[in-house]
Amino acid sequence: MHPTSDTHAGQQQHPIGLYLKVWALLFVLSTMSYAVDYYHLQGLWRWGLILLFMLLKAGLIVAVFMHLAWERLALICAILLPPLALIVLVGLMASEAGYVHLTRLLFFR
Amino acid sequence: MSSMTTRAAPPSTQTSASATGLRGLVADWSSDRQTFHVAWGKAMMWFFLLSDTFVFGSFLTGYMTVRMSTTVPWPNPSEVFALHVGGADIPLLLIAIMTFVLITSSGSMAMAVNCAYRRDRVNAARLMFVTAAFGVLFVGMQAFEWTKLIMDEGVRPWGNPMGAAQFGSSFFMITGFHGLHVSAGVIYLLVVAVRLLRGKYDDPLAAASQRPSPGGSEQASGGRALAHESKGHYQIVEITGLYWHFVDLVWVFIFALFYLW
Repeated sequence: MHPTSDTHAGQQQHPIGLYLKVWALLFVLSTMSYAVDYYHLQGLWRWGLILLFMLLKAGLIVAVFMHLAWERLALICAILLPPLALIVLVGLMASEAGYVHLTRLLFFR
Repeated sequence: MSSMTTRAAPPSTQTSASATGLRGLVADWSSDRQTFHVAWGKAMMWFFLLSDTFVFGSFLTGYMTVRMSTTVPWPNPSEVFALHVGGADIPLLLIAIMTFVLITSSGSMAMAVNCAYRRDRVNAARLMFVTAAFGVLFVGMQAFEWTKLIMDEGVRPWGNPMGAAQFGSSFFMITGFHGLHVSAGVIYLLVVAVRLLRGKYDDPLAAASQRPSPGGSEQASGGRALAHESKGHYQIVEITGLYWHFVDLVWVFIFALFYLW
C-alpha cells in the first residue's frame, strides 16, 4: 500500500493524505449506495450493489482507519474469523424465517 | 544495564511461583506469555468490539428474521425516511446526511490518531473535539428523525400505519442501540481529549524508566507496562479511535441493511 514505517509494534506513521483519500473514497461509496436507492434499482442489482458498497466501506474502515491492515496476523485472525459464525446464524435464521413465513401463509390468512 | 537484564528475562518463574491470591491467579493464567504484541488496552478494546459485533450482528439477524417471516408488507424505508425539501420528497435525505456526518467524524478521528502518533498532543485533542461535535450532530439528527417518526408518522414499537408491525420494533432497537453507542462515544472522546490536554498521558515515561529494580521484577514489569501504555505515544487516542471507527462501521451495516434494503 502506501509508504509506511513501523516505528513501534502497532505504532504506525502514515501520511495524512492516506486518510484523506480513504475519507473521499468512503464519501464516493456512500453516494453510490445512496444513488442505488435514489434511482430505484430493484432486484439483484439493488441488493448486489448495496452489499458490495457496504463491504467495501466496512473493509476500508477496518483496514485503514482501524489500522488492522498493519497489525500482526494473529490479531487479524482473532478479530476477523469469529464474526464468520454470524453467517451460520444468518443461514439458520433465514431458513427458519422462510418456514415461519410459509406456516403463517397457511394458517393466518 | 540493569534495565537490559529485566527486559531480556521476563519474570515468568518468579511471579507465577511466588505470587498468591488474585495476583497469582492472573500470573498463572497468563504465565507471562503474550499472544498479541500490542498494548493490552488496545487488545482489550478489540475484544470488546468483537463482542459488540455479535450484539449488533444478532440484532440485524433478528431484524432479517422478522422481516422475512412477516406476511404483511414491509414499509418502504425510502418513503418513510423521505424529507420534504423545496416542494419535493427526497428519499432518505436525512439518513444520507447522517451517513456523511459520521464518515466525516471517522476521518477526523483517524487524523487525531495520526497526530497522537506524532505526539502532537494539542492537535490530537482538537481533532477529537471536532469528532465529538460531529457525533453530537449525528445524535441530534437522529433525535429529529425519531421525533418525526413517532409524532408525524405514528410509528410505535408495536405497530405503524404503513405496514408490518415489526418495522417499529426493529428500527427503535437497532438505531436506538447505535445511538447509545454514539452518545457513549462522544462522552469517551471528550473525557480522553480533556485528559490529553491536561497532560495526564505525558509523564509516566520519565517516572517509570527511572525506576530500575532488579530485585522487584514484578514492580518493574508493572511500571514498564504502564509506561508502554501511556508514554508519549498517546496510545489511548488510538484505542478511543478504534471505538469510534467501530460506531461508524456499525452504521455502514445499518444504513445498507435497514435503510437501503
